[in-house]
Amino acid sequence: MGAQAKVYKRRIKSVSATKKITKAMEMIAASRVVKAQRRVAASTPYATELTRAVGAVAKGSTTQHALTTESENPTRAAVLLITSDRGLAGGYSSNVIKAAEELTERLTREGKEVDAYIVGRKGVAYYSFRERKVTESWGGFTDNPTYADAKKIAGPLIEAVLKDTADGGVDELHIVFTEFVSMLTQTPVQDRLLPLSLEEKAEEQEKKGEILPLFDFEPSSEDVLDALLPRYVEARIYNALLQAAASKHAATRRAMKSATDNADELIKSLTRLANAARQADITQEISEIVGGASALADASAGSD
Amino acid sequence: MAAELQVEMVAADRSVWSGAATLVIARTTSGDIGVMPGHQPLLGVLESGPVTIRSVDGGTVVAAVHGGFISFSDDKLSLLAEVAELSDEIDVKRAERALERAKSEADAAAERRADVRLRAVAGAH
Repeated sequence: MGAQAKVYKRRIKSVSATKKITKAMEMIAASRVVKAQRRVAASTPYATELTRAVGAVAKGSTTQHALTTESENPTRAAVLLITSDRGLAGGYSSNVIKAAEELTERLTREGKEVDAYIVGRKGVAYYSFRERKVTESWGGFTDNPTYADAKKIAGPLIEAVLKDTADGGVDELHIVFTEFVSMLTQTPVQDRLLPLSLEEKAEEQEKKGEILPLFDFEPSSEDVLDALLPRYVEARIYNALLQAAASKHAATRRAMKSATDNADELIKSLTRLANAARQADITQEISEIVGGASALADASAGSD
Repeated sequence: MAAELQVEMVAADRSVWSGAATLVIARTTSGDIGVMPGHQPLLGVLESGPVTIRSVDGGTVVAAVHGGFISFSDDKLSLLAEVAELSDEIDVKRAERALERAKSEADAAAERRADVRLRAVAGAH
């Protein structure tokens, strides 16, 4: 075999090996998306009931709470950015980081200082590469977040919101994550979690056509609100984590699918080239033999 | 009037139990409360403790609930908890071990959790 044909054969082999890997990763990601989607669905009843309860308190009382009062002159905001620990997911992490950058810029324009809270090593790497300050970061669970993880994240955030701005607290809490719309579409979203507008919540509930009765609060509406709001924030963060995980797996699946397709293309064109090289080798060999034979015939004819 | 209420017990990551019941007893921060059909709308904060549900077929369901809320309106009752387990899901041996360990390590929160689980199991028998 000619040298060129051998080189092509070797490259085909290596691309085929890569293709096998990407194909396997694609299938793993596909099964994880389904699992992650199921977890999003399993967490929905809790979130719905909690939102309903918040709506009920909003309607039934005029209670004010630190987590629901707008600061008159907000000067600091916390941004919680949810990225993933691992790459190989196409533009997943960079898209959500871009959304966070936009939000940060907008908040800075409004004259607010921005504290960054980051979930996932990709986001942390982005910030530390640019030597930007990260107030707090978490990682290691982005593929499979649990409620305990959401609690861990919510704790310091709620504390920061409750603290006075002068003592390093924040006035607003924003969250940036990737919403899982469908298997093919995942969009980065920016959302303000706190302060929570109770009136809005009550209106939302009414729009859904659900008329909430006047509740009896046990022990009192203040205490209920006190207990309810942190849970609400936790549930929202938990939901965001789950959606982000599902989105990440979907993005990985898509990226790996296109990698597999590319490998297919590459194998096809390399096979063509290898065939051409082999044909060229054969043609050359034939012409060498023919050339040699005719030279021999010429030589023997001359000696006669 | 059909004297029954629809109960939904949901934990943060799953739906634990749902069905029709005639009576639900839960412990709120201001004491035990029993809810029967036709109760006035209620929203309360739950303490960690066992919740007893008397279902329409006469059976009793006991669950260990760790913090959360009870909300009732229009004969629909929802129990929201970060963690909730039915008594027959609880591994008694494991809970006992956890209780021992929590006592020796003086971990009050873990001790209470294990205690609630064991009480829920005891209530089921």
